[in-house]
Amino acid sequence: MTSTAEIIDRCQALFEDLNFSAARAWKAAAPGRKVIGFLPVYAPLEMIHAAGCLPLGIFGGGDQMEVIHGDAYYQSYICRIPRSTIELGVTGRLDFVDGMIFPFVCDVIRNLSGIWKMMFPNVWSKFFDTPQNFDPEIGGNYYIHELQELRAGLETLTGRKITDDDLRRSIALYNENRRLVREVYAFRAREPWKAPTSEVYLLMRAGLMMDVAEHNRMLADYLVAAAASDRPQRDNVRVAVYGSFCEQPPLNLIKSIEMAGCYVVEDDYALVNRFLTADVPTDGDPVQALALAYLGQSVETSCKYVPKEEDKGRFHVEQVRKAGAEGVIYATPSFCDPALLDRPMICGRLKEANIPHIAFKYAENSGQMQPIREQAGTFADSIKLWS
Amino acid sequence: MSEAVKENSMLLQKQMIARNYEAITSKHETGRKVSSTFVPGNLNELLMCFGIVNNLPEINAIQNGMRKVSGSYIMEAEKGGHSEDVCTYVKADIGMMGKGSIAPNGKPFPDPDVLLLSYTGCYTFMKWFELLRAEYKCPTLMLHVPYEGDGHSTKNMRDYIVKQLKEVVIPGLEQVSGVKFDIDRLREYLRNSAKAEDDLVWCLEQGKHKPSPIDAYFGGVYYIGPIFTAFRGTTDAVEYYTELRKEVQARIDNKLGPLTPDGTSFNEQKYRLVVEGPPNWTNFREFWKMFYDEGAVVVASSYTKVGGMYDQGFRHDPDNPLESLADYCLGCYTNRNLPTRVDILAKYVEEYEADGLLINSIKSCNSFSAGQLMIMKEVERRTGKPGAFIETDLVDPRYFSAANIKNRLESYFQMIEQKRRGASKAA
Ligand code: SF4
Ligand code: SF4
Repeated sequence: MTSTAEIIDRCQALFEDLNFSAARAWKAAAPGRKVIGFLPVYAPLEMIHAAGCLPLGIFGGGDQMEVIHGDAYYQSYICRIPRSTIELGVTGRLDFVDGMIFPFVCDVIRNLSGIWKMMFPNVWSKFFDTPQNFDPEIGGNYYIHELQELRAGLETLTGRKITDDDLRRSIALYNENRRLVREVYAFRAREPWKAPTSEVYLLMRAGLMMDVAEHNRMLADYLVAAAASDRPQRDNVRVAVYGSFCEQPPLNLIKSIEMAGCYVVEDDYALVNRFLTADVPTDGDPVQALALAYLGQSVETSCKYVPKEEDKGRFHVEQVRKAGAEGVIYATPSFCDPALLDRPMICGRLKEANIPHIAFKYAENSGQMQPIREQAGTFADSIKLWS
Repeated sequence: MSEAVKENSMLLQKQMIARNYEAITSKHETGRKVSSTFVPGNLNELLMCFGIVNNLPEINAIQNGMRKVSGSYIMEAEKGGHSEDVCTYVKADIGMMGKGSIAPNGKPFPDPDVLLLSYTGCYTFMKWFELLRAEYKCPTLMLHVPYEGDGHSTKNMRDYIVKQLKEVVIPGLEQVSGVKFDIDRLREYLRNSAKAEDDLVWCLEQGKHKPSPIDAYFGGVYYIGPIFTAFRGTTDAVEYYTELRKEVQARIDNKLGPLTPDGTSFNEQKYRLVVEGPPNWTNFREFWKMFYDEGAVVVASSYTKVGGMYDQGFRHDPDNPLESLADYCLGCYTNRNLPTRVDILAKYVEEYEADGLLINSIKSCNSFSAGQLMIMKEVERRTGKPGAFIETDLVDPRYFSAANIKNRLESYFQMIEQKRRGASKAA
């Protein structure tokens, strides 16, 4: 049996490698292979996979990369992820990437899609606008066409057809991935001391940079190894972390929250592989199935409109309850409009539901962890004292 | 918008605005319904079909900025938990609620009956109306307008918008107003729109003259007023633009520049600029003065295109009413991708024979601002004309640093001079 340490070491190496050597090796292993980068927070990876390409999650540069060129493209009052993504591009770290998908998250990534077109005219790049109308007849039809357009774009890029059966096979693999991811999350909620978030996080991030079938094996191995592991249970409080779906907090911050006495039992870090909450049917029309899953079975997050006022924040409250979290840390990147505009509404709903919460901001390259540790520690203490 | 010296068109606009505020604030007496909606993707003609009065929170924020009260509203919103990092229009609006919501006519703003969430070109719109919805608990109609990521619209996008109009927006407005939709009424209004749009475009294009008879940024925000707000589709707007056209023609005939707020004609135009980005409203006159004091006139701008890009040929079309509303929404400036924005700005620099592109980058506004440094570099590269970058905010007075901006502008004008000297030497 592979140990959790071995699995996580491998994940960490993938996570830290900003030259993306593993993805490069994947591409070099067979002629004609193509790699498609995608940004947060949701892209239909099944489609990329069905095209025979490797979907590669691009989540900024973290805290290990010095941003030299990227700052010349962005004013100080814009978040970090676009500038570090540009840094990855201009320093040649993404020179093997054949296509880029910029899903709709906010206007920053939206505009970055245009910058990419200008800076890297030879890379196929696509802004991918998901529907904000959730009626299958309206938003659904629109989205089916958008997916078909994406499919056609990938077909042109690769020179091969994506058949419905290709797509069904990919959907099945990603269903398995989502099922295993949900299992890891459920396991962590049950026994958080056996699956620390600093590990689960790396496990998820690594999965966005490797072939899905391989990640599925890795998730299964981790579940076995974590269950068998013998780690002491601490007197920590159980928290959920929200607001961190796009630009990622540095790993140190994720660890600091745990070190401050919190078990993170639910989070929206990087989302992607938890964006769809149920299996996508593999019978019938696969494009329609992907579209309907997006409309009806996906998370509530800031880039999606919530049609009914009474439903706003409901997802968060329900998830907190389901995971048995005692409080919420609303941690957002600085200057992140989506998370920050949502904050009063989501936190308002938490308050109505008597769920204690705190909020703070970070940047992907935040270095000072002491204030975060103190804030999270005080929060943990207050939960212990008052609940 | 208050001005010291009034031309006829300005007086007309002032009366129109006053009448609209009166219609909004008297809704309880008249029984009319009030909607809130946004400038980009504004469906004024459609609202008119239902007798609904159009209130635009962006315009209220601008009014409050110009009247110098937005600062306290923003602080109020921040005290209430809204982040210092987000769009100040939203906070000015929400803070105003906290302070009693008084309209410029001194009467209280009534609650809206419907929020028409025309979601075009700006992410913040979605959150802004989710926030207002939580406050007013009124029907909210989302019209999702996809972004032109590949530099053009598609049939799928257009069909999607038309379908939403037919199945969400129109039935929703019928329900709120109790008025049945009449497509012929819409056609009639769209006919008026197209007439007014023709005249607006004519006026904006006169920036090509030397001296320019218009200022396409500081003056431009007045010229776009009626068409961008609650008057597109009305005969009032048609009349306004006929009048404006006459005034601009008279200035051309007399070789005069635009009127400045001091009441003088700005004829000594040394520099011709294209400006990208919205203006600052809290120090609007001071900001404008920095330009005309130095002899800089704005001959074309992107801000005057946020509520529709009529100069690129689009007109509302009474023969295809819903489709043309869809095309209108798709084509608003901030719904165009960055390469298209670069194309448009570079074309302006060439066609209006400008000395260069100045970007006023707004701290609040990711929709406009994210990517502007790249836009500047690209336009510089393509036109060979120098660009400059200044930073302010829309309605947050804390981010207007007069000394910094003045310095930047002065060095920019020096740079233009140098460039000219270099060019004349080379010739
Ligand atoms: S961190 Fe927030 S503001 Fe920045 S790109 Fe992501 S969603 Fe947009
Ligand atoms: S972000 Fe920009 S476009 Fe959007 S509401 Fe604010 S100022 Fe307007």
